[in-house]
Formats: sequence, C-alpha cells, structure tokens
Amino acid sequence: MSEYITHDRRGRSVGIVQKKYFTFAYPPHLFPLECGAKLGPITLAYETYGQLNADRSNAILILHALSGDSHVAGYYSENDPKPGWWDFMVGPGKAIDTEKYFVICSNILGGCAGSTGPSSINPNTGRPYALEFPFVTIGDMVRAQRVLIEHLGIRKLLAVIGGSLGGMQVLEWALRYPEMVHAAIPIATTTRHSALAIAFNEVARQAIMADPNWRGGNYYDGPRPEMGLAVARMIGHITYLSDRALRRKFGRRLQNKSHFSFGFEVDFQVESYLRYQGRKFVERFDANSFLYITKAADYFDVKRQHGEGSLVKAFSKARARFLVISFSSDWLYPTYQSREMVKAMKKNELDVSFCEIEADWGHDAFLIPNEKFEELVHSFLERVSREFEP
Amino acid sequence: MSLSLKDLRFDLQIIASWIEPGSKVIDLGCGRGDLLLYLREHKGVKGIGIEKDEAEVRECIQKGLTVIQGDLNQEVLDYPDQAFDYVILSQTLQQIYTPHLLLPSLLRIGRRVIVSFPNFAHWTIRLDLLLHGRAPKNPQLPYEWYDSPNIRVITIRDFREFIHRLGYRVIREAPVSTYNQDRQGKIVRRWANLRATYGIFMVGKEENGRKNGN
Repeated sequence: MSEYITHDRRGRSVGIVQKKYFTFAYPPHLFPLECGAKLGPITLAYETYGQLNADRSNAILILHALSGDSHVAGYYSENDPKPGWWDFMVGPGKAIDTEKYFVICSNILGGCAGSTGPSSINPNTGRPYALEFPFVTIGDMVRAQRVLIEHLGIRKLLAVIGGSLGGMQVLEWALRYPEMVHAAIPIATTTRHSALAIAFNEVARQAIMADPNWRGGNYYDGPRPEMGLAVARMIGHITYLSDRALRRKFGRRLQNKSHFSFGFEVDFQVESYLRYQGRKFVERFDANSFLYITKAADYFDVKRQHGEGSLVKAFSKARARFLVISFSSDWLYPTYQSREMVKAMKKNELDVSFCEIEADWGHDAFLIPNEKFEELVHSFLERVSREFEP
Repeated sequence: MSLSLKDLRFDLQIIASWIEPGSKVIDLGCGRGDLLLYLREHKGVKGIGIEKDEAEVRECIQKGLTVIQGDLNQEVLDYPDQAFDYVILSQTLQQIYTPHLLLPSLLRIGRRVIVSFPNFAHWTIRLDLLLHGRAPKNPQLPYEWYDSPNIRVITIRDFREFIHRLGYRVIREAPVSTYNQDRQGKIVRRWANLRATYGIFMVGKEENGRKNGN
C-alpha cells in the first residue's frame, strides 16, 4: 500500500511471510450485515507474525487503511521487491516487536486482497458479485474480524492499532467489543467524516462511475475502469499530503524537461507523481471495492452508531486504555477531530493519552518512518502489556 | 526507571509529601512527568498529566504515564465534577492569563488544588527594584520583561488574599526558600513573604455548612 520505500532503522525484518485464509458463514449460517442483507460464505485473508504466548495475552490486531491489505510486514519471497506497508513499524526489535507480540492483520471485508468483496465470486450466480455485493460498514468489517480473532483462540486483544480507516476500526473495536480490547491506538483518524472528507470520496467515486468501462460495476469480463480508478487514487493522494509536503516534494519542478510543452502531457513533477500513483494503484485494486469501502468510511459515525447522537455516551461503552495520535499537517482528519474523541473519552474518565506529532507529510505521515511516532507506539505498548491480565 | 524524592524539584518534593497514597491526581503543565512518575511509584497514585509541549508529552508517554497534549485552560473543562482528589499547578500560575477563572474550574474537577509559584516579593527582587529599578530577573525568574512567559506577578500575600476573595480556604501552605537550582530548600517560618522564593498552597472549598460547601 505504501509508496514509501522503507529501510530498517530499528530492528529487523520479519522475513518471509505467508498470507493465510479463513472462511466462515457457510450457508445456511450466513453473516447478517448492518444493511439488513446476509452474506456468506465469507473469506478473510490474514497474516500473523510472532508467536502467541501460552496465556494468549500478547495478541495485537493491526487494522489497515483504505487501500491497505493484510500484508503489514515482511516479504512474500526472496525476490519480493517490496515489504509490507508498515514494515518499519512491525518486526523483531521494532516498535511493534514481533519477538514479544503476536501480530495479526486481516484484509477488510469488502476489500480486494484476498477477503470477500465485490470482485469475489457470488456462489448464487457463479459470477463476481459486482454491485450485487451488499453494503458493508466499518461495524461489519470489525464483526467479521472478531470471528477470525475467536477462531485464532484469542479472547482478549492486548491492543488494536490502526491509522485512518484502520483507526475507525480501532474505535469500532473498542466500542463494540470493549471486553475484548485492553488497549487501543487510533492514529490519524476521526469519529466521523467531515463534509470535506465525504466530498473528496464522492468525487473519487464519480470518477470511477463516469469511466465508460465501469458499466454499472459489471466489468470483470472486460476492460476495467482503470482511468476512473486512477483518477480516484490521484484525488486521494492529494488529500493524503499537504500543501507543504507537495511543495517540498515537487514544488513547481518540471519532469525531465526545462520548458513547458504547451500540451497536455506531463509537464510538472507533481503531475507525473499522480499519474504514476494512479497507474500503480489500478494494478492491485478493484474499482468496486474502492466504491464500497469509501462509502463505508462515509457512513461511519460513532455518535450515531453507538451514542444515540452523543459522542460522550458512545465512549461510555469503552473500557480500553487509549493512545490517540494525530499529525499536525493532516488536513483530511485534522487534529481537532482527534481532540473531539479525546474529549469524549475524558468525560468518561477513560485512561487516554494524546499526542499531536509535528510532521510535514499530511495524512500520510503515519505511513512514513518517524522515530518519534515509533517510540510513542513502542512505549505505550510496553506499558499496557505490563498492565495486562488476560 | 526509579525516582527518589530528592530527584524532584524542591517544590515538587513538598507537593509530593502532601498527596495521600492511592489518590487520583491531575498535574497541569506536568513537563517531563517527574512528579507523576514519583507519585505512581511511591504512592500508588493514578495520575494524569496535561502538557502543551510535544517533546515533553512524548517523554511522559515513554515513561508509561497518561498524558494529554493540550492547553490546560481548555483541557480542564472536559473532566466531570470532582474527578480528582488533587489538581496540581506547579510553577504555572504565573503564566495563566485568567487565574481568577481557572481556579474555580480547578476546584470543580478536584477536591483540593495545590499551587506553587515564584514569590515576586522575595527580598532580592525588592532590593533589585529599589536599588537598580529593574524588573525581576534571577535564577528563579531568568527572563527579560519582554520575553517572559511569567505574565502574572504574584506574591505570597497576594495569593492568600486572592484565595479569600474567591471564597476558598487555604488548607496548607509552605513558603520555601530554594537553592542549588531549586533542587534543595527549606521551609521558611518567619517573614515568609520576604524570604521565600516560592509559595506552595493547598486550597479547598469551605467545608460543609459554610459558604461554597460541597
């Protein structure tokens, strides 16, 4: 997921890892979704690193963001060019130390990296679900993850950790299954999307649906809506960076030329970057998944789902210790949105720590190696694991 | 990491000695968290810190403390009534824009408020003003008048009057004279407003049956 190539500044790589699969909700025991529909069977792709200890008290669940997957760390093979998306954070001796913790991450329900989603085969028709795939919510994703966690024999997680859409799942875990979550680290996230965030998502969805190849979502037997998905990704990338990050990274520098082309090919480096990101994304991501997941993010609303309109009431359900982290230049989920959740936690006298990390890289800062950030996560986990009795 | 009492700044040593074991404490402007760490290790105190500096917040979290980065004037508004046994404001009062609004807010969230502040009526400051006509500047108050964060000039006498005017009660007080970069010191018994470099006060509401009763 991460475009950022990372090197091990602390610790080592987890090495070669393997994607695993878990399938449940076979008919007639279908999985009821919040929208009212039922889905099954459901497969979740997941990876684990480290060893579950004897009293099963060292399990950490990592929740991935919109375009992430279960491949958090390590390599799939000797000549795999790129490690998992949070490789700098997870590994032996790293902030989330796989010598101490048993780390799990699963691809979200509705995703396209091994878990059941709109590109999976609908057992009733033998064809990909496409838009017959029911709407899934952040709550549904978490409920499905819980089935996996119980399958792995874990009754209580030491910690749930995630950034962005992953942070929403962290909050959902802490409120839906308070008895299963000892500690929670929501990073660069929000209790609900602002109009600005919904607006960007809507433009991205429109870009996909306006692509003639999208064909009402039934494109799996023909050309894919690659241009639409690429544009959607470009919009995303703008929101993940910041004015300052874009200036530092590209400024107005031209790409491999010293004069304007007076045409519509790439002139500026920033154009080249966005096109490259868009192109790379369509190789690995399904356009319908993008539609479903962004909609789930837009629907996410802690207040409404858990508090009958009150954020304070919503957090009265929580029992976890929290470490809330935001980044100063994140304008997608700005710090004030983290402060809102911290405020509701304080009103419930929850054990909450909050830190706004000064960083230039916008929303994407949580995907970039940063000693301060890694140290925060590391020391908070040390503390909560000392306090944990399963 | 283990911290002994004498590792603390002297005013914090006095404050620490006033805290009942097992109580709930919030430290406003907790800095690197030394007091909270000491109280947790030696008195089993459940503590929370508020600190605006990111680096100090990170240092507190690295020590395993619970701390929130933010402006203390705002952060105290979010706690339920009487959430704490003690609210600590050490060497921060002189930087508060509206102490007369903050103090009631602190006594809403906590049963006792403990305040320490530099005493601007110390004889060296008086003498400096008298002989040289200069604004206070010394090891306790190392800033120039134009860049000092210490916007409130407080004396021990002023503070006592301030508490009475707000209708609160001074429960304990310890005027202290410190030396060796505030690491050591002693309590000043006589001529406190002249001889103490810091004032330390524990403040509460009047007890039941009297004004401002709980």
